[in-house]
Amino acid sequence: MVGAPVLDLLRALVQEAVTHEAAFAPFLPSWMILLPFIGFMINGTVAYLAPERRKLVTIVGPGVLGLAFVLAAINLMLMAGVQEAEPVVRTYWTWIEVGQLKVDAALQIDQLSIIMALVVTCVSFIIHIYSIGYMGEDPGYARYFAYLNLFVFFMLVLVLSANFPLMFVGWEGVGLCSYLLIGFWFTEPAKAEAGQKAFIVNRIGDFGFLMGMFALFAYLGTLDYQGVFTMAPRAFEYGGPAVTLITLFMFLGCTGKSAQIPLFVWLPDAMHGPTPVSALIHAATMVTAGVYLVARASLLFALAPLTMTVVAVIGGVTALFAGTIAVQQFDIKRVIAYSTISQLGYMFLAVGVGAYTAGIFHLATHAFFKALLFMASGAVIHTMHHALEHAGEPAGEDMSQDMRNMGGLKSYMPTTFKTAWIGALALAGVFPLAGFFSKDEIIWSVGARGQTVLWIIAIITALLTAGYITRWLVMVFHGANRAGEKARTHLHEAVALMTGALVVLAIGSVVTGWVNIPEALPLLPEFTWLHHFLHPSFAAAEHVLVEHLGEPAHASPIGGAEGMWALISTAAAIVVILLVFQALKGKKYLPVREAKEPTGLLGILYHKYYVDELYDLIIVRPFKWVCMFSWRVIDQGLIDGVAINGTAYATRFGGWVLSRFQTGYLGTYVLIIVVGILIILGVVTL
Amino acid sequence: MFIEPLVVSALLFAIGMVGVLLRRNAIVIFMSIELMLNAVNLSFVAISKFVGVEAQIFVIFVMTVAAAEAAVGLAIIIAIFRHYGSVDVRNFRLLRW
Amino acid sequence: MELSQLVFYVFAGLALTSSLFMVTRQNPVYSAMWLVLTLFSIAGMFVLLEAHFLAALQVVVYAGAILVLFLFVIMLLNLGHDFEPDLKGKFWWVFGGGLGLVLFAELFVAINDAPMSSDIDMLTPWLRERGAVAGVAEPLFQNYVVAIEVTGVLLLVAMVGAVVIAKLKAE
Repeated sequence: MVGAPVLDLLRALVQEAVTHEAAFAPFLPSWMILLPFIGFMINGTVAYLAPERRKLVTIVGPGVLGLAFVLAAINLMLMAGVQEAEPVVRTYWTWIEVGQLKVDAALQIDQLSIIMALVVTCVSFIIHIYSIGYMGEDPGYARYFAYLNLFVFFMLVLVLSANFPLMFVGWEGVGLCSYLLIGFWFTEPAKAEAGQKAFIVNRIGDFGFLMGMFALFAYLGTLDYQGVFTMAPRAFEYGGPAVTLITLFMFLGCTGKSAQIPLFVWLPDAMHGPTPVSALIHAATMVTAGVYLVARASLLFALAPLTMTVVAVIGGVTALFAGTIAVQQFDIKRVIAYSTISQLGYMFLAVGVGAYTAGIFHLATHAFFKALLFMASGAVIHTMHHALEHAGEPAGEDMSQDMRNMGGLKSYMPTTFKTAWIGALALAGVFPLAGFFSKDEIIWSVGARGQTVLWIIAIITALLTAGYITRWLVMVFHGANRAGEKARTHLHEAVALMTGALVVLAIGSVVTGWVNIPEALPLLPEFTWLHHFLHPSFAAAEHVLVEHLGEPAHASPIGGAEGMWALISTAAAIVVILLVFQALKGKKYLPVREAKEPTGLLGILYHKYYVDELYDLIIVRPFKWVCMFSWRVIDQGLIDGVAINGTAYATRFGGWVLSRFQTGYLGTYVLIIVVGILIILGVVTL
Repeated sequence: MFIEPLVVSALLFAIGMVGVLLRRNAIVIFMSIELMLNAVNLSFVAISKFVGVEAQIFVIFVMTVAAAEAAVGLAIIIAIFRHYGSVDVRNFRLLRW
Repeated sequence: MELSQLVFYVFAGLALTSSLFMVTRQNPVYSAMWLVLTLFSIAGMFVLLEAHFLAALQVVVYAGAILVLFLFVIMLLNLGHDFEPDLKGKFWWVFGGGLGLVLFAELFVAINDAPMSSDIDMLTPWLRERGAVAGVAEPLFQNYVVAIEVTGVLLLVAMVGAVVIAKLKAE
């Protein structure tokens, strides 16, 4: 029973390695997925049986990722060599076949999925290397790598699948791994709860995705990408209720997975997990799944202008909202977490106005510099933790991660300092780093499509971003050190593995922007490689948009060409950075023990606009009340008491009543007989 | 003279039934049952004028069976009396819950 | 009214009153005596209804054998003294009487419903032809011989059964 699909799979794999097709022939695509899975199996077995064997895990864990990255790169190059390559679908076996529904275990290799796969494998590989250093002393080393490999496996299933249900398998799988990894140190209740929170909030989104899938199947009868996107333009009317409903539900799933309003609340809490996990899952890969879904289903979304508006508005508002919160956070990772939410908002803003390539572009660049920022934070935390421990002071999370205890670390951790600055500048969108090109393109696209309000929001958020990241840098690396005398002596740079990874990511943060230099910029060669490469994936959606909304303009809402605005935005960002730097450089922050909580307007920002408390009040409490009520009143009282025990009691009582008839007394029986006879006689004679 | 004997028979039957219901002495209950049987015999005889002699033959059988029944029943009462020391039917409660 | 009808009413009244007395006496011996009188009255009514053989049979078998058996048992169990009072309270007597009245009413309705002309007389010529005893015996032993034989067996069984039940257990 189980053997049959495995044999089919093996047969297909071997066939893959030897067949050549005329057009683009993917090179061992299924191995991109299999390798991490094998890594999971091996590491999982080690974790279960012999957790001390770190050497094996160290080789297998990152090793499979490296191989997967190589495969992804090969496939990308193969595909890039073919002009406008057609998507290739490889079917391995039939998964579900029920009535009209037929879902295969199939992978689709096309431009969009290969770009995603490349980003995922590249960043994952670097983070795996980093993790060797970061988690080197943790007793759960093998378990960590097992989960991490499993995560990459699911993520690749998500981006490489050829139909919605298989994507959903990946979707759920990454949610599961996120839970496992956030709550990796599950012996601490706060961390375990954070994992739970992530999973439960994700679930709400998953419900949306499922409803969208069900509706899609109900209307089209198929869930394969090829089938759906061929039939969609004819089956759905533009802006009709059907496609709007489907896409809105799917977007609900996106808000859950990608931490947008209203389901973003799990991401800051997810910072309880190990920092490499935050870097990989909550910056570069899992949270981008929502953006990928919108990009993949771009045709469906393009057919539903209402949903597109919703996506763009939520993206923009979330970007601004999260940016404001990041201004007043003191945990080194929380700032970056809210920054992630904000940047994801940018990506949704992009795909919401139809600039799909811009969204994916920002996704890729963001993966690099956000991972870099997280990992720099990780290096700092690692060092602070060590230092505080050696100094005999409390070294828990609230102490080793609070920026008020840091400061002046540039002299102690030079490499980390430099790479962190590069990452920060990339995030702020300063030329010529990656963030400049991608963020600028988004802002320009929003403006070019006439969305004035969103355009302004995007610009303001960009300035906010520059502001809060500068604050972050100053508090951590500049100024006087606030860690205390004893701890200061133990501060040192991170291990080579970690710094090496940081350097690689820094290079990536610089270089990845150069895959898509628009022509409008002066003095630079035009190199819109990404646009052309991804064009086939989005051609259908863009066609629909042009048909109904017209071509995008070539000027911003208040005039001026792209080049001019690019210059303005960079200049503004640099100005903000300098201003904030000057303002905060000399500021005397109090270390945590002595600091007070911010109050007033800043206090609201510090408390994240009390969103968690609000949710607790209007959702969690009533839900708990319903549960208690259902339990005490309905289950115990009604069902147990009345229905079950009550029925038993009534039966017993009825039996008791009837037993009174059996007196054993002859006279009673005679009387009953006589009465019966009289009744019968009466009926007969009358 | 058709209906008068039937009415008498009905009355005797009713009186016998009352006796069965209301008396506690087992022997008297038995005698009331005999009275009921006799009422039935009377009604049979009353209609034999119009039905033929078969009715009277039926009466013979009734009497015979009544005799057999009386014999066995009284034997039972004797046996019970030996056990309970009285023939009050209130004592016979073994069928009780 | 004819003489026979008058005599019938006399016998009927006698039967009814004596049966009432029988049911209400406390002393079982008295009840037995009243039952004897009732049986005799019924025998008289039998004669008036041209069931002469049955009248004789009634006196001989019922009054003479069965009632005697009853009296034997009463005497044997010495029930003539120290008899317990019967059912308590007037309520039960009223209730029982009511049930009796209901029964009588139903039977009365049933009797009235059955139409039968008083012209037919199947009995008198039959008996005139054969005589009182032969008129009954002939069909009994010709048409219903199996029944009579079975009844004989029944009586045998009853006798054996009575002996077995009433016997003192051997020590």
